[in-house]
Amino acid sequence: MNASAPVVLECREVHKSFGPRAPALAGVSLSVPAGSLSALVGPDGAGKTTLIRLVCGLLRPERGALRVLGLDPVHEAQRIQEQVSYMPQKFGLYEDLTVRENLDLYADLHGVSREERAARYPQLLHMTDLGRFEARLAGQLSGGMKQKLGLACTLVRPPQLLLLDEPTVGVDPLSRRELWQIVRRLVHEEGLTVLMSTAYLDEAEGADRVIVLQAGRVLAEAAPGEITRLAAGRTYKLTPGAGESARTLQARLLGVESVIDAVPDAGAVRCVGAHPQCAPESGAQPVAPRFEDGFMVMLRGHQPPEAHSDIVLRRAPPQASGALIEVRGLLRRFGAFTAVDRVSFSVARGEIFGLLGPNGAGKTTTFRMLCGLLAPSGGVLRIGAVDVATAGDAARGQLGYVAQKFSLYGPLSVRENLEFFASVYGLHGAARRERIDWAMGQFELTGARGAAADLPGGFKQRLAMAAALLHEPRILFLDEPTSGADPLARRAFWRRISALAAQGVTVVVTTHFMQEAEYCDHIVIMDAGRVLAQGTPAEVRARAPRHADFEPTMEDAFIAVIEQARAAEAAAGVA
Amino acid sequence: MERAPSSDLRARLGRIGTLVRKEWRQMIRDPASIAMGVVLPVILILLFGYGLSLDVKNVPIAVLNQDGSGLAGSLIGRLQLSPYFAPRGVTSLHQAEQLLLRGRVSAIFTVPPLFARQVRASGASVQLIVSGADANTARIIEGYVTGVIEAWSAQRAPGLLAPVQVQSRVWFNAANDSRYFLVPGLIVLVMTLIGAFLTAMVVAREWERGTFEALFVTPVRGTEILLGKTIPYFVLGMAGLVLCVLAGRFLFHVPLRGSVAVLFAGSVLYVLVALGIGLLISSAVKNQLVASQVTLLATFMPAFMLSGLLFDLRSMPAPIRVVTYLLPARYYVALLQTTFLAGDVWAVIVPNALALLAMLGVLAFALGAITRKRLA
Repeated sequence: MNASAPVVLECREVHKSFGPRAPALAGVSLSVPAGSLSALVGPDGAGKTTLIRLVCGLLRPERGALRVLGLDPVHEAQRIQEQVSYMPQKFGLYEDLTVRENLDLYADLHGVSREERAARYPQLLHMTDLGRFEARLAGQLSGGMKQKLGLACTLVRPPQLLLLDEPTVGVDPLSRRELWQIVRRLVHEEGLTVLMSTAYLDEAEGADRVIVLQAGRVLAEAAPGEITRLAAGRTYKLTPGAGESARTLQARLLGVESVIDAVPDAGAVRCVGAHPQCAPESGAQPVAPRFEDGFMVMLRGHQPPEAHSDIVLRRAPPQASGALIEVRGLLRRFGAFTAVDRVSFSVARGEIFGLLGPNGAGKTTTFRMLCGLLAPSGGVLRIGAVDVATAGDAARGQLGYVAQKFSLYGPLSVRENLEFFASVYGLHGAARRERIDWAMGQFELTGARGAAADLPGGFKQRLAMAAALLHEPRILFLDEPTSGADPLARRAFWRRISALAAQGVTVVVTTHFMQEAEYCDHIVIMDAGRVLAQGTPAEVRARAPRHADFEPTMEDAFIAVIEQARAAEAAAGVA
Repeated sequence: MERAPSSDLRARLGRIGTLVRKEWRQMIRDPASIAMGVVLPVILILLFGYGLSLDVKNVPIAVLNQDGSGLAGSLIGRLQLSPYFAPRGVTSLHQAEQLLLRGRVSAIFTVPPLFARQVRASGASVQLIVSGADANTARIIEGYVTGVIEAWSAQRAPGLLAPVQVQSRVWFNAANDSRYFLVPGLIVLVMTLIGAFLTAMVVAREWERGTFEALFVTPVRGTEILLGKTIPYFVLGMAGLVLCVLAGRFLFHVPLRGSVAVLFAGSVLYVLVALGIGLLISSAVKNQLVASQVTLLATFMPAFMLSGLLFDLRSMPAPIRVVTYLLPARYYVALLQTTFLAGDVWAVIVPNALALLAMLGVLAFALGAITRKRLA
């Protein structure tokens, strides 16, 4: 990247708000030089999508100025739209059209000639590995393939600026990695300029420049290395002692005042200290900082840490001998499509059990069957001694469920929501009051005013968890609780979950953040309805190829497992 | 790289062609579009043609003959011959009342004792008890029974009963067949369904799935997107029209007294108005579910209830009648009923066509939402 490269995109003090809520963008200034790959990083609601839409001329800013390719997106939107390419969050594909027809549609609209197509299509299809699927309907592609087709459609002619809005969300790690490789090659070999938004911090490391957006403001605009350097000399690795799990060690470290961040990592705990060269505990091994460490240092500078008090249950769930949840050969078909294909696992009391996999892997379907919301097509499913298929209601009374989407009543207040759910669970009078007071206190909900719909994201999630725990269930189910949450909220969430598990609540959780598997006692990795790997995080990690210089991550393991599965499938196909 | 400027007319036409082709492919591959654009109109045609009828035919009535004379027998024979009634003999008034209460018969026809003697003496009366649950049908039954009696007495006992003969004619619907005005109504419903409802759904789907967003950031102009949506559904609407007219003509033998040209010109206007409304609603709400609800309430239901297709506009309360002036379907129904049943009556056609034209102008003006290519 050249420092004197012409600026392709420039924003100065851009403001944009929707209705009476907090502004989506509150004075954003940034610039994107030609020939670079810039990552726009931030949690859900940070303003990433709004910013990209402003750049495309799809929205008007309230205040401030934007220049895109030297043009004004307010008055010269059409000319900008002719030169840039944009992939919206949902990929912008026509699901009723085939791969080829989608490409043709965009090539036609961009006026790409027959000869140009003849040269460009083979390249695009090779790069995205979609050549075999040219005649398949886009709606029947996997998430990763859709994302690559969406990208190919933006590249039917070389754009002056490529804008990608969260292209990697909900996609499996292998596809994510492949997409980044493609984009990086385009930037470095063809000189493309790319602005790409993402909620995954680990992706930012692969960009030339990082723009960190939080609550409509730019926190930093720098090379990823500069942000990583903020944590230089402050990162350590601690190995849990005998009788201690990585999770409990992490929870203890987060309580230490001189610790900014601690996360479980490959069986140990990664820790970021508040001051350089000051190890939090004896035995801490200094390690090289990562982008996320620097990010946390920066974030803590803007946001003081939440005061934490761990949740304390009134009484622990009853003891259980053997597995509390038993799943054997679980099967679910929707017509000809098998969403869950003979899945088996068991979960012990007080365990955190993780169900991992990309969108469409079958996690949510498995979950719904566990909760008795969906009847299995086959297999055995027991909770405690109860068969969920025949005694769904009895099983349901023992579990709490937090759905993927905020499923409480938006117009009701926090207390009204809790009162409603308590009544649904059959709590009345003094018992109900006592449970609600417990929930409001333990989940720090007392400060909330007004309708639940208007609460910030983290608050909503606490409320949803509180509602699911009112009837003191033995098992708590959480579907994608951390997707789209910022790193601080995610850490707070896992801390709460660890505390619940320590007191005997069994937790089953789905996530597509592979690192979060480290918080779990046991995990199952699913893809396309099948279990690819299961065991403790260490056992699963061991399936990744060994490396001399670094410990393989859960993501490396996942990719290795997928590649092995695909190779086996291909071999079976040949034979 | 040599490329024609994107504002070039050929480039514009090419892009519109691309969008129309895309729309067409989606239409034939999406079961929901086929259901709404083809299956539903066919069901409506069959329903309106065969199922729904406002005529009174084969009405079950209980007949209590307390006289037993030949004269009474001949009167009852008249009722039996009439295509409007399905008489059923009963032996007591109690039995007849039970049948009426259970809804098995719609009326009780009683010939009193000594009927024959009274007819010959001073004049007799028969009793008719009609179930008033459906006032409209009750009045029709009453009329038909009176008609039967008058015809019978004129023939059987001339001079005994009032010799006044009522001669009535029903204009336009000489056969008094409700299909004659239901078929034009059917066309209105099919056009509304395809023009407004289907269009609203497909446009809302583009907003919902984010495809418009991707489409907007290309050289395509807003007006081109608008035309790319309008052309295929316009063609589909016209196909629906042809289907309905053919079904009306050959399946239900409804006459077309006006000219085909007027029929098609009026339909073109109405389909364009319906398309405009569908586009407007879907661009305002950008959500398939809400778009379908709003379109149903704003176009389909009023076309059904308030357009004059089922209920006479003149008998509506004044405030509701005022509302009907805002409904495009009202003008189209007037146009259709005139061309089908009366002929090319220009005094009716011209003002109604002008009203539709004015609405089209307003809609074209309001459709800036899509042509501006903005999300909010």
